[in-house]
Amino acid sequence: MAGESQSPSEYIGHHIQNLTFGRTHDGHWGFAHDAREATEMGFMSINVDTMLWSLVLGVLFIWLFGKVARNFSVDKPSRLQSFIEVIVEFVNGAIKDTFHGKNALIGPLALTIFVWIFLMNLMDLVPVDLPGAILQGTDIHFMKIVPTTDVNATLGMAITVFLLMIYYGIKVKGIGGFLAEFAFHPFGKWLLPVNLALELVSFFAKPLSLALRLYGNLFAGELIFVLIAALIPIYMQWVLSLPWAIFHILVIILQAYIFMMLTIVYLSQAHESH
Amino acid sequence: MNINVTLIGQMIMFFMFVFFCMKYVWPPIVGALAEREQKIAEGLAAGEKGRHDLELAEQRATELLREGKEKAQEFIANAEKRATELVEESKLNAKAEGDRMIAAARVQIEQERNQAREALREQVAALAITGAEQILAREVDVNAHHELLQRLSAEI
Repeated sequence: MAGESQSPSEYIGHHIQNLTFGRTHDGHWGFAHDAREATEMGFMSINVDTMLWSLVLGVLFIWLFGKVARNFSVDKPSRLQSFIEVIVEFVNGAIKDTFHGKNALIGPLALTIFVWIFLMNLMDLVPVDLPGAILQGTDIHFMKIVPTTDVNATLGMAITVFLLMIYYGIKVKGIGGFLAEFAFHPFGKWLLPVNLALELVSFFAKPLSLALRLYGNLFAGELIFVLIAALIPIYMQWVLSLPWAIFHILVIILQAYIFMMLTIVYLSQAHESH
Repeated sequence: MNINVTLIGQMIMFFMFVFFCMKYVWPPIVGALAEREQKIAEGLAAGEKGRHDLELAEQRATELLREGKEKAQEFIANAEKRATELVEESKLNAKAEGDRMIAAARVQIEQERNQAREALREQVAALAITGAEQILAREVDVNAHHELLQRLSAEI
């Protein structure tokens, strides 16, 4: 529930604000104290909470999977190993179904996307007031623990995927073949401007849709948790937050899966000519 | 939703994690899974081969058994035949021996009869001569008629 001094809108605004470090308008470096100040910091500022939690979760992923990979037993898998195997087999199966080229990067890329995004999404199920309660009394006023509710995180991944699409597109088809796909498809060379317009829009829409889909879903999910916490008396909150959390378990897996699957599809398109 | 340096940071971090995953996570796990798959396939193939071998061995055993039975049958038949032959042969031998013994006995009987007849004849001759001598003692000169008497005795 909102603190005594906060109105619901202040409470909500507080919960959707990243912990931003940057240079304030009076010239010194420090954390932004409110949303307006964070916006004024402009591009040269950094969302510390997003960086911290995505780093922690990414390291957790690499540590856990790396541990299993190091101690991998072909004959006697432990429970943890079996669990990891299921995930890897699942990702590998999705790749084999969709991606027909040969590429050593696609597997690790898809696995990292799936597990990392899943772990980041999973933070959404942590009660919304828990980080604030832990940090109470410190100088840190904001802490968004779900990195995928920060558009920087999702857009960062989507742009990386986008760059890989361009890289492999040029590598496989050559610069000419890569550009030809924009020019001579879908209507043949006589409608080149139309082709160009269509293809460029759809090409640049890919990373945007990737990033905004994940961000939108997770931000909306988080916002609903915050709304429930802000507007409903504390003893009634579970009536709404529990069903939403259960439903959200589906959403976080689904969003991780969609991001992974679309990445595979996009890279597959980069490897094949139409 | 402010776009700031976090975007660049996230891209670098993402790239880093993919790199680590590519170096330390994905290849060993996928390699081991492939190895396991191969092991299972090999195991199944070995099982199949074992079953096939067993089938072959069973076939061979049956064949050997049949062959052995046939051979035994043949041996028994041979032995029976041989036994019959031996019996036949010994029968023939015995018959021949018997015939021979009968023949020998006959010869001996003949000889003995001849001897007896000879002796009888000599005795009869002597007796006749004695009788004749006694009858003729007076009127026949032994010396004069010796040749006649000899011929007579030979004729008896």
